[in-house]
Amino acid sequence: MNISDSTLKYDEKVIFKLRSIYEKYGFARFKMSKFEEYDLYVKNKDFLISDSVITFTDTNGKLMALKPDVTLSIIKNSKEFGEGLQKVYYDENVYRVSNGTHSFKELMQVGLECIGDIDDYCVCEVLKLAADSLRSISEKAVLDVSHLGIVASIIDDMDISNQCRIDVMKCIGQKNIHEMNNILSLAEVDAQKIELLANVVSLYGKPSIVLPKLEKLLKNNELVAELKNITEAVDDDILCIDFSVVNDINYYSGIVFKGFVEGVPEGVLSGGRYDRLMKKMHSKKGAIGFAVYLDVLERIMDVSRNYDIDTVLLYSANKSLKQIKNAVEELNKNGDRVLALKSVPKKLRYKKLAELTENGVEILENNA
Amino acid sequence: MGWRYLKTMLNVALPKGRLGEKVYAMFEKAGFECPAIKENNRKLIFENEEVGVRYFWVKPSDVAIYVERGAADIGVAGKDILLEYAPDVYELLDLDIGKCRMAVAAKRGFRDDKQKTLRVATKFGKIASNYYNSIGRDIDIIHLNGSIEIAPILNLSDVIVDIVETGTTLKENNLEVIETIVPISARLIANKSSFKFKNELIEKIINDITSQTEAKK
Repeated sequence: MNISDSTLKYDEKVIFKLRSIYEKYGFARFKMSKFEEYDLYVKNKDFLISDSVITFTDTNGKLMALKPDVTLSIIKNSKEFGEGLQKVYYDENVYRVSNGTHSFKELMQVGLECIGDIDDYCVCEVLKLAADSLRSISEKAVLDVSHLGIVASIIDDMDISNQCRIDVMKCIGQKNIHEMNNILSLAEVDAQKIELLANVVSLYGKPSIVLPKLEKLLKNNELVAELKNITEAVDDDILCIDFSVVNDINYYSGIVFKGFVEGVPEGVLSGGRYDRLMKKMHSKKGAIGFAVYLDVLERIMDVSRNYDIDTVLLYSANKSLKQIKNAVEELNKNGDRVLALKSVPKKLRYKKLAELTENGVEILENNA
Repeated sequence: MGWRYLKTMLNVALPKGRLGEKVYAMFEKAGFECPAIKENNRKLIFENEEVGVRYFWVKPSDVAIYVERGAADIGVAGKDILLEYAPDVYELLDLDIGKCRMAVAAKRGFRDDKQKTLRVATKFGKIASNYYNSIGRDIDIIHLNGSIEIAPILNLSDVIVDIVETGTTLKENNLEVIETIVPISARLIANKSSFKFKNELIEKIINDITSQTEAKK
């Protein structure tokens, strides 16, 4: 079957592109049920982007939920994966409350997960695929990468309360250094330690520029070496080091990342290493993955589609069915979308207006 | 055209009013001048193509929305608005202007009866409930949009949570501050995506304004 480019919507095109990228790297498609036992989400509520879930009672009385998230379902099933490393990808609808409307929405999400024995190559490959995913959405993209371990190790050294820690992480996520300094000063943390943290989290930019500075601030640091090793291997110029990527520290550890494309005001891709979540779900395996949020891409959809339809073909009742059918087919041949009607439709933007007359198809109007 | 054209400029949302004028002065000093803005007219958008900047005046409480949704790349909003709406933006700088505090005020001589639910009148429901949650106090929030000060006088509420600058309005209405919740000042905020794609420009503004605020100290 030949599908013309204009038939596919922008997000559909992106889905196909992403799937072909992931298949190329040996990821297998993972298909799952729309429903999941509600219990799964209650236990890991903080992991979900929004904690509202659509629930219903199944015929056997069990409380079920329409999945608000895919990762948890994959982990749950990963017990059957067996030993070694599993690489899967998915494109699924999820149901959660959207930011703007405060009501439930069906959202399309594409992503991948690696579960099992994660090594540095695996992290590197996932980062590369994240970068490729972003590029297939837009030429102008940035993939911000952070290492939660680096930030956590500096904070661990400060001996502060749990609440203080949460507040500090929040400030780091907002690049709010002034507030972070205030909080830490109030907690009577050593000024040198505060300065070190402020200097580290203020760094932003390409790895080749940021990493040498980071190495100076944190000498002989294993985690910095790990970050360097991986980003150098990925070697992609859309990579940026940015410590403001702070996924929930209860679930994530190690490398985390967030992707942006120009023209979309929020992140379109988010992911990282979530060994801690695996542990919470009683699995000894490691895991890393990411999701691409297709719902936010509407903003950058093709602007070229200025017309609702290419050609409107007018016909009158005195034409034979065959004449009309042939005329539509003829216009169709050059790939035009043709709408056959008896009168000119209101509120429809068409490129051409044509009429079926005694002498065949005559163009009445051409707006192209 | 429109859409692409919009993107090449740095869009700055300024809060209407005195604070916004002060902020503009800081931007002007940083090299992002736009003389048209000083003309006295009702226009809301001003641009200077040469330096690549576009300013627009919006309601102070809306600045965060413009920035979060990417209509503005950066903007200036009070910490009160940021705490109340918790927009998903970067908070890059404390501009050290527009200083005031979020406080609890009550009629002079008010005694807090801890056995009763405290009735709190405020525009800032989230800030108020977060504060009272943190001290474990049961409250009833009464949302008002203005003239909060009369609520305790008319016995609509026991206390109010509001911004206090000099305290004159409170005094004139026989009220007094009983607790400061958080100090407030104007903050420079940026859209998360814009920060990446217009990074050089935004960093330049941050550096320039930082040296201005530091020189003042």
